[in-house]
Amino acid sequence: MIAIGVDNVARIYQKYSARHRFQTFKSAIVKGDIFKALKPDELVTALDGVSFKVEEGQTFGIIGENGSGKSTLLKVIAGIAKPTRGRVSVRGKVSALIELGAGFHPEITGRENIYINGIMLGLSRKEIVQKFDEIVRFAELEGFIDAPVKTYSSGMYMRLGFSIAINVNPDILLIDEVLAVGDASFVPKCLDKIDDFRRRQKTILFVSHDLSTVEKICDRAIWLKEGRIEKMGEPKRVVDSYLQDVLDKQEVEFEERQKAVDKEQEWEEERRENRWGKREIEITKVRLKGLDGKEKHVFSPDEGMIVEMDMMTSQRIKDFVFGLGIFNSQGIYCYGTNTKLEEYEPLSIEGEGKVICQMKKLNLINGTYYLDVAVHKKDGYPFDYHRNLYSFLVSSLHKDEGITRPEHTWSFSEGIKVKPPKDR
Amino acid sequence: MFRNLKEIYKYRVLIQSLVGRELKARYRGTILGFLWSFFNPLLLMIVYTIVFGFIIRPRDPAFEGSPWLYALFLFCGVLPWTWFSSSSLDSANVLMIHGNLIKKILFPAEILPIVAVSSNLIHFLFGLPILFIFVPIFGKAYTPYIFFLPLVILIQFVFSLGFAFLLSSLTVHFRDIKDILANFLTFWFFASPIVYPITFSTIQESSFLKVFLNLNPMTHIMQGYQNCVFFGTLPHWKKLGVTFALALFLFFLGYYVFDRLRDSFPEEV
Repeated sequence: MIAIGVDNVARIYQKYSARHRFQTFKSAIVKGDIFKALKPDELVTALDGVSFKVEEGQTFGIIGENGSGKSTLLKVIAGIAKPTRGRVSVRGKVSALIELGAGFHPEITGRENIYINGIMLGLSRKEIVQKFDEIVRFAELEGFIDAPVKTYSSGMYMRLGFSIAINVNPDILLIDEVLAVGDASFVPKCLDKIDDFRRRQKTILFVSHDLSTVEKICDRAIWLKEGRIEKMGEPKRVVDSYLQDVLDKQEVEFEERQKAVDKEQEWEEERRENRWGKREIEITKVRLKGLDGKEKHVFSPDEGMIVEMDMMTSQRIKDFVFGLGIFNSQGIYCYGTNTKLEEYEPLSIEGEGKVICQMKKLNLINGTYYLDVAVHKKDGYPFDYHRNLYSFLVSSLHKDEGITRPEHTWSFSEGIKVKPPKDR
Repeated sequence: MFRNLKEIYKYRVLIQSLVGRELKARYRGTILGFLWSFFNPLLLMIVYTIVFGFIIRPRDPAFEGSPWLYALFLFCGVLPWTWFSSSSLDSANVLMIHGNLIKKILFPAEILPIVAVSSNLIHFLFGLPILFIFVPIFGKAYTPYIFFLPLVILIQFVFSLGFAFLLSSLTVHFRDIKDILANFLTFWFFASPIVYPITFSTIQESSFLKVFLNLNPMTHIMQGYQNCVFFGTLPHWKKLGVTFALALFLFFLGYYVFDRLRDSFPEEV
C-alpha cells in the first residue's frame, strides 16, 4: 500500500523584490498598479520534478544540503505549501514535526496550550482529555503544566511540542530536523518513540542532517540536490554518494583556500617564519595525493595518502634526513617520522629529485590537519624546514574522539546483549 | 473558494478555542481580568458623557437636553463601533502575529481574521449588559424592537468579517495599511452617526452630508442599534436590508481576495 505518493512535484517560490516589499499601499493606488504590485517578479525553484513513493510502514529518509528543498518537500507533503506543479497524495492522518510548539501562545498555561495545539493538529477535545496525562508525562512537565508557557525553558517548550505532536497518533509522521535541538536525555527518548512508531508499522518521513541516524533507522532514502532527486534507494548507498559529493565540494573549497594562501605566501616568501634553514637542500614543492595519484586535500580515515616532495640541491651532500610530521588543529603532534628514525642510511644526494612517502591508511579522526616536512642533517641542522605549511582535511561519518582511529571491532561474550548498528 | 468556505465550518472547535485563548491571554496578569470587558466601555462612556454631555451640551431635541440620555445614545453607538474598530485593527495584524502558524503547521489562515472579529464580538457582548442596565436607569423604556438587536449584530458581524479578510490579506503585502487604517477609522468614526444622531438639524439641512452619510454602511448599522435600543423603534428595513446585502458582498469579496492571496502568505508574513 502506498502511503505517500509524490508525482512530478515542483514548487516555485515567488520572490518579491525589495522594491515591492517597501512599496506602500498608497503609492500602489496612486500609480494604479496595485495588481502589478501583488505579482511576484522573481521565481525561485525550490523543488523540480520530484517523484517518489513511500510504502506504508516504511521509514523514509531525506537528506541534502541546506537549501536543497528538503523542508519545502515536507511542507508540500504536509499540505502547508501547495505544489506549483505535480500531485501529492497522502493516505491517512499526517502529523508534521516541522517546528515544535509553533502554535503555542506564551501568555497561557501549558495545559491550555496542549488543548489548543492538539486541536490545531487535528485531535478532538475528547481525545486530548484522554491523552493529556501521557502528553504531560512524556514531556516531563508535571510540575509546570499550569504555568504560562512563556516561563518555560526552550527545552521544556520543545519537549511539550514534540510530545503533543507525537501523541496525535498519526498514520504518517513527518519529522524535520527537530531532534537536533534536544538535550542528551530527551533525544534518545524521542528516537525510542520513533522506533515505537516503526514497530507499529506507521509511515515516517525523516529529514535530517544526521546521516548516521538516517542510515540507522530508514528503510529507503532520497538525496535532494538543488530541488531535484539526485539519488534514491537503499539508505547506505544514498548517504555514501551524498558524502562523496560533500567531499568533492570540500576538496574544491579546500583547493581554493589553499590557492589563496599560497599566493599570499609567495609574496611574503622571505619573511615567513614557518620556514627556515639555509636551503643547501631545498624542498621546492609539496603535493598531497590520494593513493590513485590524484592530488587531493580531503580524505576519509580509511584512505591512504601520498606526500610527494620535490627537492633540489646545488651541491653533493652526504648527510641528509627527510621527515614529516602531522599536527591537528589544536597543534597536537599526532604523528611524526623521518628517514633516520626508520634507519634509511643516507649515501648521497645531488641535483633534483622526488621524495615520496606513502601512507596506506590515515586512520585519523575527523578534522583539519597540518603537515610539517623537512630535510635536515642527522644531528638536526636544518637545510629546509616547512612548519605547518600544508594542510588536509579528514572527513568521516564516525563520531569517535581522540586523535587516531586504530582499526577495530567489538565483540561480546555470551550474556552481554547488544543490538549491533546496521552494517556500514 | 466555496469549498474552502465550507472547510471553515469544520474548524469551528478550533475557532472556539482560539477565541477562548485570545480572551484569556488578553487579561492574563491583570487584577480585574474579565471585568475589563465591562470597565473599558464603561470608562469610555463616562468620558464621552462628561465631554459631550456636560461640557458640550447636547442640542438635539431627541435628548430633551439631558446629558444622561445623550450618554445612553452615545453608548449605543460607541459599543458596537469599538467592536468594529478593534476587530479591524486586530485583523490587520493577525496574519503577521501568527505567522508561524501559517508557516509551520497545516493551518487554515482564514481562521485568524475570524478569530480576531469573534473575540472582539465577545467583548462587545460582555459590554451589552451595561447598556441594558443603563437603559431603564437613564429613563428609557424597552420596546419589543429590542429583539431586532441580534439581527443588527449579525449584519455587523458579516460586514466586519469581510473587511477583516480584506485587511488581513492585503496587509501582508502592504504593511502600511495598519497605519493608514488607524487614521481612517478615526475619520470613519466621525463620519458615522455615533456622537450625533442622523436626525441632527445640521445634517438634515445639508443634502451633501445626508447623501454622504447614507452611503456609509456603518451609518445604517449604527442607526440599527440606536433604533432598537435607544429610540425603541423599528429599524429602517430597507436601508438595513441593503446594508446586509452589501455586507454579504464585502464578505465574499474579502474572502475572494484572501483566497487568491493565500498561497503567498507563508512566504510573506
